[in-house]
Amino acid sequence: MTDLRVDLGGMRLANPLMTASGCAANGRELHRFFDIASLGAFVTKSVKAAPASGRGTPRMAETAGGMLNSIGLQGPGIDAFTAVDLPWLAGVGARVLVSIAGGDSVEFAQVAATLAAAPDWGCVAGIEVNISCPNVANRGLVFACDAGSSAEVLAAVRAVVPAGTPLFAKLSPDVTDLVPIAGAALAAGADGLTMINTVLGMAIDTDRMRPHLFGVTGGLSGPAIRPVAVRAIWQVHAAMRAGAIPMAPIIGVGGVRTGRDALELVAAGAGGIQVGTATFNDPRAPRRVLDELTDLLDARGVDRFADLVGAAHP
Amino acid sequence: MTATPHRHPDGMPTPTARAGDAVVHAVSPVVESTAVGEYHRLTLAVPGVAALATPGQFTALAVGGATSGLLLRRAFSIHRTRAGATPAADLMEIVVADAGPGTRWLTERRAGDVVDVVAPLGKGFPMPARPGGAAILVGGGYGSAPLFWMAQTLRSAGVAAHLVLGAATRNRLYGTEFGDSADSLQVTTDDGSAGVAGQVTLVLPALLADTNATTVYACGPMGMLRAVTDLARGRGITAYVAVEEAMACGVGVCMTCVLPVVGDDGATSMRRACVDGPVLDGARLRWSSIADGRVSVPDDAVGAPRPAGGAR
Ligand SMILES: Cc1cc2nc3c(=O)[nH]c(=O)nc-3n(C[C@H](O)[C@H](O)[C@H](O)COP(=O)(O)OP(=O)(O)OC[C@H]3O[C@@H](n4cnc5c(N)ncnc54)[C@H](O)[C@@H]3O)c2cc1C
Ligand SMILES: Cc1cc2nc3c(=O)[nH]c(=O)nc-3n(C[C@H](O)[C@H](O)[C@H](O)COP(=O)(O)O)c2cc1C
Ligand code: FES
Repeated sequence: MTDLRVDLGGMRLANPLMTASGCAANGRELHRFFDIASLGAFVTKSVKAAPASGRGTPRMAETAGGMLNSIGLQGPGIDAFTAVDLPWLAGVGARVLVSIAGGDSVEFAQVAATLAAAPDWGCVAGIEVNISCPNVANRGLVFACDAGSSAEVLAAVRAVVPAGTPLFAKLSPDVTDLVPIAGAALAAGADGLTMINTVLGMAIDTDRMRPHLFGVTGGLSGPAIRPVAVRAIWQVHAAMRAGAIPMAPIIGVGGVRTGRDALELVAAGAGGIQVGTATFNDPRAPRRVLDELTDLLDARGVDRFADLVGAAHP
Repeated sequence: MTATPHRHPDGMPTPTARAGDAVVHAVSPVVESTAVGEYHRLTLAVPGVAALATPGQFTALAVGGATSGLLLRRAFSIHRTRAGATPAADLMEIVVADAGPGTRWLTERRAGDVVDVVAPLGKGFPMPARPGGAAILVGGGYGSAPLFWMAQTLRSAGVAAHLVLGAATRNRLYGTEFGDSADSLQVTTDDGSAGVAGQVTLVLPALLADTNATTVYACGPMGMLRAVTDLARGRGITAYVAVEEAMACGVGVCMTCVLPVVGDDGATSMRRACVDGPVLDGARLRWSSIADGRVSVPDDAVGAPRPAGGAR
């Protein structure tokens, strides 16, 4: 039996598999299909300070091997989240990686502080800081496109959470060079990185000759973007190995549908794995990928999962 | 509810939902596929579905096989279920219109092929508030699929059920042969190729008056649902409408399928059609925000974006 335990920057989990933010709601819906507490961690939908309606519809378009989405961070706000969702997650025994979002660093900090004060803080394994949501009105508000903005948000969150709280910065692949942004997030207080958020894309309805999505542009996800995720993880992990930025854990996400897909991201440098869009095809996908990965590692006689992280690097 | 597991063709156990949860996830063999006009009726073996499903609920099917690039599940009204001698032998039927690559793949399935099924999903048609009286069921095109089962359910509860089926043309009517399931049946087609020439709204006012119906149930295109809702409201009665919003997951996790719905507190919020619907009280939908395949967020909805420039 392979030892699947991981320690991701102080976030100790029984196994590396997680849901991806926004692809699993806040747990109840998927718990009908498998025990979400059997995952290493459950990652919640990015939550903001106040309730948010999100955008109009259509909010999605299917694409070859993937989809575009333009949800616009619809959610209940952090107060309802800590009053309703977090207690439920704690009740089923889930370890929770809470994804937070905001329009500026003040809002991020407010959300993080409210979370840290919640009665169920004990089930929170870490915080994923979503600085890379593409579905915002102003492209200039995608913090993860700029090293300075990324650092500002991470520093603001770090300042309000208890010492030792594992923080992950979720990065966008839509930048010229990921390495300086990853470096800035780590320097500002992130313990690790989650890569990648969706890739900005667009579809046009050629019957009506207008953008298909109500929000015009959207985030591309699913198997179609897996090579982008592998590339992004590879580049950042390589920079860590070369000493250009500090060595830190990477949670890999993007197009994982099978255990072998997960292994590919691990070989590129991911120490944890999230399954997103594949869940829409198979509601058991996060759990199934865990089982498939376990079988794959057992068959190869791997002693420790952690030994395979970055194994494809020279 | 855990369905009796049978074997996946590649030897893996059939996925099933967890004990105590009212949903089945199964790799279902196709038992029969029948062409009906422009549609295909598919009969699938779905263990345990009969005790769980109610009329108006839907099913979400994966299409194209395990390695397909078509990732998103396709939603279909449950036409009816048939209880087997044991739950393991339960059947579920759907009516599929060929509308694109996913539905085409489904219409090409033959007996013995398998389809990954999740069912039942969402909220079905509520029974009328008071027993007795009469109800009208209105179906547009394949939207009639869940209505015959609902008509029977109403009649078993002592409610008279009157069906109105409408379509663009004769071939797109579904179920005219199931008139027996209701107390009366009327048909309309836009081109007059069957029944009355015109839309369902042409015959509805007289039927509403004659039957003194207290409830209307409708399933079909958004424009029809809105018109039916308006007619029902005009008489002060309830219209339950089954909406069709583009869905990516069908199970409530993606937030793509939302519609503006007025809640009990009077506040509008963007609700998931796959969880809070597909059947909604027509009077609760913000119809003025729904047009031409698009739904906008009403300015007064909970958490609506502030207009640019900070005017509010
Ligand atoms: C609650 C519900 C009940 C439905 N019941 C039936 C039924 O009984 N019989 C039937 O034939 N069809 C029904 N539909 C519509 C059916 O789901 C679509 O026709 C089908 O998804 C189209 O898939 P496609 O690959 O053939 O077409 P494409 O247009 O290629 O589909 C591309 C994507 O858009 C989505 N999509 C496209 N059209 C629709 C639509 N009208 N509604 C929802 N998603 C759509 C698909 O799921 C897919 O992700 C229902 C839809 C909903 C939401
Ligand atoms: C419908 C949808 C909603 C998403 N919402 C969020 C979100 O709220 N926060 C976030 O950090 N990422 C969000 N994502 C991005 C995913 O978490 C993930 O990074 C991305 O989809 C790539 O992984 P995948 O290919 O496995 O889906 C969303 C993705 C989808 C498809
Ligand atoms: S279809 Fe995914 S939430 Fe409704």
